[in-house]
Amino acid sequence: MSLIIDHIDLSFDTVQALRQVDFEVQDAELFGLIGPDGAGKSTLFRIMASLLVPDAGRCLMHGHDVVKDYREVRKIIGYMPGRFSLYMDLSVEENLAFYARVFGTTVEENYDLIRDVYEQIAPFKKRLAGKLSGGMKQKLALSCALIHRPEILILDEPTTGVDAVSRREFWDMLKKIQKEGITIVVSTPYMDEAEMCDRVALIQKGRLLEITDPSVPSRSDGTALFSLRSHKGVYAYLEKVRNLEACKHAWLFGDQLHVTLHSEGDAATAKSIIDGWGDSSLEWEKIIPSIEDRFMGLIEQESGEQHINGETF
Amino acid sequence: MEAREHIIEVKDMVKKFGSFTANDHLTFHVERGEIFGFLGANGAGKTTAMRILCGLSYPTSGEIRVAGHDVYRERERIKRKIGYMSQKFSLYEDLTVSENIHLYAGIYGLGRKQIAVREEQLLERLGLAHVRNRLIREIPLGWKQKLAFSVAIFHQPAIVFLDEPTGGVDPITRRQFWEMIHDATEEGITVFVTTHYMDEAEYCDRVSIMVDGRIDALDTPAALKQQYESVNMNEVFLKLARS
Repeated sequence: MSLIIDHIDLSFDTVQALRQVDFEVQDAELFGLIGPDGAGKSTLFRIMASLLVPDAGRCLMHGHDVVKDYREVRKIIGYMPGRFSLYMDLSVEENLAFYARVFGTTVEENYDLIRDVYEQIAPFKKRLAGKLSGGMKQKLALSCALIHRPEILILDEPTTGVDAVSRREFWDMLKKIQKEGITIVVSTPYMDEAEMCDRVALIQKGRLLEITDPSVPSRSDGTALFSLRSHKGVYAYLEKVRNLEACKHAWLFGDQLHVTLHSEGDAATAKSIIDGWGDSSLEWEKIIPSIEDRFMGLIEQESGEQHINGETF
Repeated sequence: MEAREHIIEVKDMVKKFGSFTANDHLTFHVERGEIFGFLGANGAGKTTAMRILCGLSYPTSGEIRVAGHDVYRERERIKRKIGYMSQKFSLYEDLTVSENIHLYAGIYGLGRKQIAVREEQLLERLGLAHVRNRLIREIPLGWKQKLAFSVAIFHQPAIVFLDEPTGGVDPITRRQFWEMIHDATEEGITVFVTTHYMDEAEYCDRVSIMVDGRIDALDTPAALKQQYESVNMNEVFLKLARS
């Protein structure tokens, strides 16, 4: 097992940042941690990186305890924090050389591993890191986190604020790194990126809600999910759908509404009411929940009706 | 679609920084009351264009009118008629909810009585009356975003500019935020929005996609999906920005 998170608790003053967080990551797995800001993702990453000590529980990185064996842990992990933390007043190549030396290696020794990433920024190697664009900073940070060939790579929201094209390229790079046998734990607020992971943990308010394999359709919890489309646009139907007796929740979802019914048995009634709305372009069909649907379902379950006003306080 | 007033009119807008052309002859318009999605890769020139439209920076050339005013000569008038919100800059963390409302409303020239009345309505509608005296940094991110948006349209501007407004919140809060955006358009406010969430592009009436300083595509999401033979806006975006 690459990584063992064993019932971790951590509080800051009165805020419980992590509550009984418990999971394991396999060797060479690409493991995603999905959740909004404030869910506790960064806190968990800092514990893994031996920068924070949990109040209770253990965290083992390849068998090394992050509290007792922190020196060993730091040798075998590569950590890319959420905030860009390279030296802005060093050039691209100076940053890379610096990180290599800190870890007692050279850029040449592990160049193969970073070649794909680094060659995209190599034309700018004399430029100061502070003068790079967001996408280039991200590539340099990844290069620096990889230069000592870590066994476990932990990436805290590497794609936040990054456009859809660069995000796709970044995930392609992660897939290649994974093939080198490196275990990757990565967090993201983008639900579509969950599909790229082997397994995903959904986290909200310091608690792990669920761990799932995105490629496996979700288990049924008795409710049924439907989508509604119309050539006239679906926003106009949002209130109407919510007012249906059979409707548990309805949300905008791209060019559709995603509608959860109280039970599968309500489907026929709902369909006949919708047919009566006189819009022949309305399409109503049962769908398989995506990761985002599942996460939304879990949040709704979690907070019940309190969520009407946003997050609970 | 019936012809609507062009609340933003841009003809041949060029912005150069030295030898670098950030905006390369942009021509487009935004109709009053629509949700206009302004998409593009990082570095495509979105922020540059948005700064010009907000009256924060001069174009190198081109003819640009925002809410009926010229961006060269009437920048202060433009500023009074627009609202702005981004994820990075919105509310003051070390002021209370109420203080933030008063500060922004005051900057936009609203009178004390008017502010007091609208503040009550706003806090009531958002369900935030019980935290009016709490510091912004003490309230959850989702609440902050909804409040920041409400503050940005508190003076009932003609246009509100939203620069990646929904980063970092959970998927339900993100959707509630978009419902607020739709509600604002029903009050006649035009919404000009950037985002990296491609599902949000679907919520816009029309979407433009910038690539290397130019607008390479502009249409309704449905028409763009048809034109680029894509099932969703993410595919449209990848096809355009990668080509």
